[in-house]
Amino acid sequence: MKRIDPSTLVIAAAVIALAVAPAFTGNFTVSLLNDIGIGALVALGLVLLTGVGGATSFGQAAFVGIAAYASAWLTTAQGLSPWLGLAFALLLTGLSALAIGMLTLRLGGHFLPLSTIAWGLSIAMLFGNVDALGRHTGLSNIPPLHIGGWSLADPRAMYYLIWALVGLALLFSHNLLRSRPGRAIRGLRGGATLLASVGADAYRVRLTLFVTAALFAGLAGWLYAHMNRFVSPSPFDVRISIEYLLMAVAGGLGHLSGALVGSALVLVLKNSLQDVLPMLTQRAGQLEAIAFAALFIALLHFARSGVMGFVARWARRRVRPGGRRDGDTVLVEPLPHRQLPARGTPILSVKGAVKRFGGLVAVNDVSFDVHAGEIVGLIGPNGAGKSTMFNLLTCTLPMTAGQVRFLDRDIAGMRQREVARLGLARTFQHVKLRPHMSLLDNVALGAHSRTRAGVLRAGLRLDRAEERQIMQEARRQLERIGLGDRAHELAGSLPLGTQRILEIARALAADPVLLVLDEPAAGLRRKEKMALGELLRKLRDEGVTILIVEHDMDFVMKLVDRLVVMNFGAKLVEGVPAAVRADERVQAAYLGSVA
Amino acid sequence: MTWDVALILLTDGLANGAIYLLAGLGLVLIFSVTRVVFVPFGDIAAFAALTLAAFETDRLPPTIGMVAVLALLATLTEVGSLLRRGEARRIPKAVLAWGVLPLLPCVLAWLVARPGMPAALHIAVSVLLVVPIAPLLARVVFQPIADASVLVLLIVSLALHFLLSGLGLLFFGPEGSRTSPLADGVLTLGDGFTVSGQVILMLAAAVVLSGLFFLVFERTVAGKALRATAVNRVGARLVGIRPARTALLAYGCASLLAGLIGVLIAPVTTMYYDSGFIIGLKAFVAAIIGGLVSYPMTALGALAVGVVESFASFWSGALKDVIVFSLLIPVLMLRSFLSVHSEEDEEEVDQ
Repeated sequence: MKRIDPSTLVIAAAVIALAVAPAFTGNFTVSLLNDIGIGALVALGLVLLTGVGGATSFGQAAFVGIAAYASAWLTTAQGLSPWLGLAFALLLTGLSALAIGMLTLRLGGHFLPLSTIAWGLSIAMLFGNVDALGRHTGLSNIPPLHIGGWSLADPRAMYYLIWALVGLALLFSHNLLRSRPGRAIRGLRGGATLLASVGADAYRVRLTLFVTAALFAGLAGWLYAHMNRFVSPSPFDVRISIEYLLMAVAGGLGHLSGALVGSALVLVLKNSLQDVLPMLTQRAGQLEAIAFAALFIALLHFARSGVMGFVARWARRRVRPGGRRDGDTVLVEPLPHRQLPARGTPILSVKGAVKRFGGLVAVNDVSFDVHAGEIVGLIGPNGAGKSTMFNLLTCTLPMTAGQVRFLDRDIAGMRQREVARLGLARTFQHVKLRPHMSLLDNVALGAHSRTRAGVLRAGLRLDRAEERQIMQEARRQLERIGLGDRAHELAGSLPLGTQRILEIARALAADPVLLVLDEPAAGLRRKEKMALGELLRKLRDEGVTILIVEHDMDFVMKLVDRLVVMNFGAKLVEGVPAAVRADERVQAAYLGSVA
Repeated sequence: MTWDVALILLTDGLANGAIYLLAGLGLVLIFSVTRVVFVPFGDIAAFAALTLAAFETDRLPPTIGMVAVLALLATLTEVGSLLRRGEARRIPKAVLAWGVLPLLPCVLAWLVARPGMPAALHIAVSVLLVVPIAPLLARVVFQPIADASVLVLLIVSLALHFLLSGLGLLFFGPEGSRTSPLADGVLTLGDGFTVSGQVILMLAAAVVLSGLFFLVFERTVAGKALRATAVNRVGARLVGIRPARTALLAYGCASLLAGLIGVLIAPVTTMYYDSGFIIGLKAFVAAIIGGLVSYPMTALGALAVGVVESFASFWSGALKDVIVFSLLIPVLMLRSFLSVHSEEDEEEVDQ
């Protein structure tokens, strides 16, 4: 018998409860539920932006306001249809988010939130001071929505539209997170270098995410305007932005459903405070603000994962995770492969590479070549400049002077992600995996540059054919490194050695011409090292070229075809392992000279 | 606009800029040492101003109650954390430091809150009274989560501002107040152009205080500890600097600056319980011009913000803040353009 997933049951129950709720509740509850739905839309954007993407905005209420005012103005002053108002509202919110994002997202983490405070205040002030927008009195007599000939003036009718949209938005976000752009978004907190190594641009990913979150807020604003049929500046203040953020945090930033739960929690609490406080004191309004702020601070101190965080932990203890269904294992057409260069042709050539950090010359006039189909080791004692050389090759650091040619193209001065897209895949000395993503998803992130689906296609599930190809490729790479049976475990649960191997699978998913490994054997046990050596030899036989930076002499000597030895930033020797091992200069560099 | 008007606007702007300069220094100090973007800074300045106004109208300043409540909370937090670590014998000292010490300015304030006291004493006590606020808040709110991400700290900081402004309304009420000028008299600079004593005082205060700031940072051990913590927290810890201690020092200095700002600005602007927010935000604009790290650039930025604000208010009083905030656009554009991607500030945000 097929077992039904408990979360499916919960969702079905929630949908049914929401569908029949208006029949059993009074007008007050219906309008409260409407507010909750609108709040949940905004909070959902914040869950994506803050919880998943690791950035935050204190200007979400301003986006709600822009959309509300845009549609209100278009439908009252211009007398156009609210549906045109929707397009106009989304266009304006999208464009303003794009502008703010472009200004701030290249900078450090706190520039976006600080700028959004200024932005949120400015927008509220503008609403209050522009004649066409009715100054502080706002705009009234906004027409209700009509679908066909059916008017949505009644809150009960509006209820179904709002909650249908909330449902669609949740579904959209759910699809998004399980897709190519979604994996990049979930990779954001792993750092820009991680994304660049798979050929993605962290700035663009973050910008898209910010605009998406703003569009959710815009949709909420449009609903707000046509539900209340009146807009004024005060609900779009920074104070309200904080309330949206409170919803997201209270519900749980790590879960999409947290937006819904948080919105309900905050608005119900607010309503009951408004009922209770006036009975106790005359200063109810002030106490409410204080209570909310104190509650928010306490949440961030003691329960940063929110309600859904608790629920998830509880569920993990109670419900044994049944063997996850492995999607469809039907074979699909594999992702297109790169034409690998013929064995023996030079693919990477470094000429006179120099890197200075101020007065320190970390790499001094180093030249070497790598030919297709060989394993080349780059070794040297501590401080020899290996890691800097590695960073120059992968374009993580700009070169001071010299030339690097990869596949007959000058890559000095290119960005890291451009080089990655050319077919140079790397791993990291300090493992950069996403611990809360499954092995499969981590590897699938590697195929980013080979595929195309964007946010819209992913959210609407138009990317499924490509997604199946990606998953098949990721599974193939996992099997290639021998982790095929652990595809659904979380990467964070693996021991360090296995994590290093997983990084190789991620690099392989990019279908690389050249694989550059940064100390892959560090922290591995003997057995693991042997398995790694085996794997790398197998890859070479399949035509992958490998450049390996390594400390472990024994491991390297047995593995590589050729060695480049560096010392004090300069190249000391180049040659086959036996010759290098016999070289006096190398022995002196490692053991100190006898003289 | 004539030259006369422009000149008046310029001096006004510089006087405002002097205020933002001091606030900017405080903000950058706290941020660099603790990674906290301290949004409630302006609220503390507003509290100082309202305290002085209360003294002048012969009322007992409500700030006393506020500081006492905070001291109680801080003492409870400290005692709680001592008990959890099993260091109960250090409780008496903690009570003394967190419970009794902050009450000293309160007692002082209670003593001078009567008619006939010299104005200078009122001013001094107003500043002293707000000095414990930031360190106490830091102990209760920031120290327990000192290792959280910048993002979480920022959200807490903004929530704290709303908490303080709620408390401000509760304690001080919605009325605005303005205090009597600290320096009367005008300086005539020929050709009928005059500068009020108050403006000169504000500018002088900015120059003297930032000079002192520089000296403390360059010449004293405490200043060097602050700089060391700002550069590398772990490294500072390894050489025996206690991050919690330096953080308190930074909060204390910033609180002092906020107090001075409050009494400097109270005679020229009507202050309300929530006026501080906008002052703080404009100082942030200045601090962003300085990239949240550079003191000299922050100072220049502050003066620019002040001057732009003063000219903007000449054109449109209602939208002057919007115009000041839009200063951010070219600054951020320039910074984005010049920025080099550094990997260091990437971090895992906890779930």
